[in-house]
Amino acid sequence: MLNAPILIYSLIAPILIVLGGALIGVLVEAFLGRAHRAAVQLTISIGTLLLALQQIWRIRNLSSTTAAVNSVTIDKAGIFLQATVVVLALVAVLLIADQDNFVAQASAVPGSNEEKSSLQEKSQQTEIFPLFLFAVAGMMLFPVAADLITLFVALEVFSLPLYLLAGLSRRRRLLSQESALKYFLLGAYSSAFFLFGAAFLYGYSGTISLSGISAAAGSANNVFLLIGLVFVSVGLLFKVGAVPFHSWTPDVYQGAPTPITGFMAAATKVAAFGALLRIFYVGFAEEQALWRPLITVIAIITMLFGSLVAIAQRDAKRMLAYSSIAHAGFLLSGVVALNKDGLAASLFYLFAYGLTTLAAFGIITLVRDSSGEVSDLNRWIGLGKKSPLVAGAFSFILLSFAGIPLTSGFIGKFAIFSAAYKSGNISLVVVGVLSSAIAAFFYIRVIIMMFFTDPVNDSVSVIIPSVKSRISIIVATVISIILGLMPSLLLNTATTYANFIK
Amino acid sequence: MNLLTIVGALPLISTLLIALIPSKSTELIKRAAFGATLVIAGVSIFLATGFDKSVTGMQYVQSNTWIAAFNINFAVGIDGISLVLILLSTILVPIVILATWHESDLGRWSSKSFYILILVLETLMIGVFAATDLFLFYVFFEAMLIPIYFLIGGYGTGNKSAAAVKFLLYSLFGGLLMLASVIGIYVIAGNQIGATFDLTQLATLQIDSKTQNLVFLGFFVAFAIKAPLWPFHTWLPDAAKAATPGTSVLLLGVLDKVGTYGMIRFCIALFPDASKTFTPLIITLSVISIIYGAFMAIGQKDVKGLIAFTSISHFGFITMGIFAMTTQGMSGANLYMVNHGFSTAALFLVAGWMMMRRGSSTISDFGGLQRVTPVMAWTFFIAGMSGLALPGLSSFVSEFLVLVGTYTRYPVAAVIGTLGIVLAALYILIPIQKVLHGPTTTGNENLKDLSLQEKIAIAPVILIIVVMGFYPKPVLDLINPTAEKVVVNAGFTDPIAKMGK
Repeated sequence: MLNAPILIYSLIAPILIVLGGALIGVLVEAFLGRAHRAAVQLTISIGTLLLALQQIWRIRNLSSTTAAVNSVTIDKAGIFLQATVVVLALVAVLLIADQDNFVAQASAVPGSNEEKSSLQEKSQQTEIFPLFLFAVAGMMLFPVAADLITLFVALEVFSLPLYLLAGLSRRRRLLSQESALKYFLLGAYSSAFFLFGAAFLYGYSGTISLSGISAAAGSANNVFLLIGLVFVSVGLLFKVGAVPFHSWTPDVYQGAPTPITGFMAAATKVAAFGALLRIFYVGFAEEQALWRPLITVIAIITMLFGSLVAIAQRDAKRMLAYSSIAHAGFLLSGVVALNKDGLAASLFYLFAYGLTTLAAFGIITLVRDSSGEVSDLNRWIGLGKKSPLVAGAFSFILLSFAGIPLTSGFIGKFAIFSAAYKSGNISLVVVGVLSSAIAAFFYIRVIIMMFFTDPVNDSVSVIIPSVKSRISIIVATVISIILGLMPSLLLNTATTYANFIK
Repeated sequence: MNLLTIVGALPLISTLLIALIPSKSTELIKRAAFGATLVIAGVSIFLATGFDKSVTGMQYVQSNTWIAAFNINFAVGIDGISLVLILLSTILVPIVILATWHESDLGRWSSKSFYILILVLETLMIGVFAATDLFLFYVFFEAMLIPIYFLIGGYGTGNKSAAAVKFLLYSLFGGLLMLASVIGIYVIAGNQIGATFDLTQLATLQIDSKTQNLVFLGFFVAFAIKAPLWPFHTWLPDAAKAATPGTSVLLLGVLDKVGTYGMIRFCIALFPDASKTFTPLIITLSVISIIYGAFMAIGQKDVKGLIAFTSISHFGFITMGIFAMTTQGMSGANLYMVNHGFSTAALFLVAGWMMMRRGSSTISDFGGLQRVTPVMAWTFFIAGMSGLALPGLSSFVSEFLVLVGTYTRYPVAAVIGTLGIVLAALYILIPIQKVLHGPTTTGNENLKDLSLQEKIAIAPVILIIVVMGFYPKPVLDLINPTAEKVVVNAGFTDPIAKMGK
């Protein structure tokens, strides 16, 4: 006799709405005429996300460990992370809506006549919207998943669309497809690692739920725990791009269509760190002696490696990729902190960093020459003279990444390092500030290129962005500025919501 | 609203005013900027008249919650030391604007941006001296780098962008080390008395000596980079050479004082024990700075480089006075900060005029200016004499106090420091002889003397240098009580002169 599982629909409504929106998107793609498809898809995406946000707002004070049997835990931190993902997705979807970044027909072989004709006919396919919504739904499920199987399912739900999206760039398609393949293969490996680890954890505790694993602490075979923990961590650290599991990051960031890179860099970090935080804070908190040294070491090498290698980059997207690796290291400090401050700081950091990242990639989509986007930094020389506003905004974003006071990045760094210090990890703080100093070097070099160097005779220019991109970039930048000046607006919320339940 | 906050906010409000003026009317922008800063200087002097000298605590105190989650407050207040430094800043800014009227014309960006940057910088300078919340101080301390960076990189000469970057990276590195210390002390406070950044409360912490030493070093290195102490000084000559004379005045005259100010306000006040531990090392570094700066200055061929290295020597004196931990040394160091501000301003401004007229900053290109441009020559002479601490000019009083204050505790250091005075005579008199005296060399025959505007700009500086040389009492009255308090709070008493030994 099989009983139907009891689902508390009101609590998982946000996820279900986004999944529903994605399914409608698929139908629209199949049945609606080409003329109105893009507009309808965009409306559906925005509508779905707004509705999901409204539902998250409705459940903001509720919590339950049994939202979907024992597989989904809706709690304060989970709600905050879901809201973050949806807000970032809302900003990102406006960038994605500028379709000239995407291949018109993904199935057309690069360089073929078919490709040319699809471009000429302007028969732009719009499958990116449902794919994007599926990814968002997975990202919303990931940080609230309370058992290993749901975690795995959520991981795949958001990863698979991303693999596809990464290959959809209109220009330099081979590079884009190569990056998608790399991402997919390495992602598949990491999923396998995760699953392998999950099996060991089941063997260790006899359960797949995080709270069950936590309850088994001290009573079972620690070797199994260690193996399981290490492999599960590998799977997750791959997703956040921590060293030594980072090697896909620069290639994928560079190859993927820039709006997707922005979305991936911002929202995947939120989802993956959300899950990491939950797993370590809820599942493994009792066994901290086992994993904290490991994660500390990884955080340290991630920060240093990301900052050092970024110096050598000459491509804006690759530079931001390495910078995102360094930021993953900073965020891992919040995981290692393992206290309420660390959680609150991570929540704030993820939100602030996500918005800044989206703004950064949004601006990169604007810098172009006749053949498309130019991410080669050497050709950004003198941009400050051609379009001071865009260069100024980009400089502000870089300063925020560097963590200069009066930016949101600084507050995030301060919050996360003070939490790490509080937990006794002074080495993390010292390495953190040192790598910040190293990182400052390459951020500032870009500012010099844009402002202090005279433009050479080059055809690079900043295009006039569409209304959608403009809204997206302005919103992201303005919120970043506000968060730098009045961080309390978000910090207080993050502190209130810094709570996992078992 | 608190008058102090108003003084700090005024420059920022003035930027809005200037932003409204169309970029093309440069003359109007310059006048507006000058007018605004003059008003601010006036208000700050009014602020000083309301300052009660008999109170050693903070005055004009204001505190508002800024970031509640970390208990960070917008807390400001001034005591004698910060008041004189705020006055130094607010008085120097209009002088700089008037004296370097055409400085912004040849920049990479418009004059409008130049004056907006200057005004933003003024707000940050006032803020950094007024902050009584450690976090707020840190924010001002770091944020100050950005306008200066753009001022050097956008309006400077020569290898400006490299110099701007070097300056920024050095400062950022120091600032980030300090951030680690700020986080450290915040967490320690959280464990002992509850999370706070309030300076008076932080001073009551009991920190074990190992932690205290580390946290102290984070602060000290940041400040030693700022007020460049050997071996952290290498950015300064580059920055001073690349920056315009006006920017250099603000950089060396005011911004670098944040370093020495920080040593007093944070290193000594918060970590008295660690200060004691490191004093021998710091005194040694100071002495090296004094001598090294002086020797390097003697060897300089470039006027701006010369002034930069004399400043390194002078910062050595200031640091030595601070860490001598005597009331005389402390007062002397504080007074030195003010005097050095004005004498560097005089030197840089006059040197700037000379370079503008001659089109060169190499000392050997000048010669016999005394005949051609007597007024400019005399002002340069007086500024130079103040730089070598001639009795009767302001620097003498402070240098004397520093040496006397140091001698009572570290006689050897004081004696070696005195050697710096002798070297000062060399590094000032040789260039003065080359530049001002002797026959007028080719290229200098047709130089114009100072215009009325330039005379008006430099007059108050020269006046202050002379008056403070004879009658430093008003400033000392402001400084002394606070200086004494710092020394006493750090647990020191003045050593009694060892008679008969």
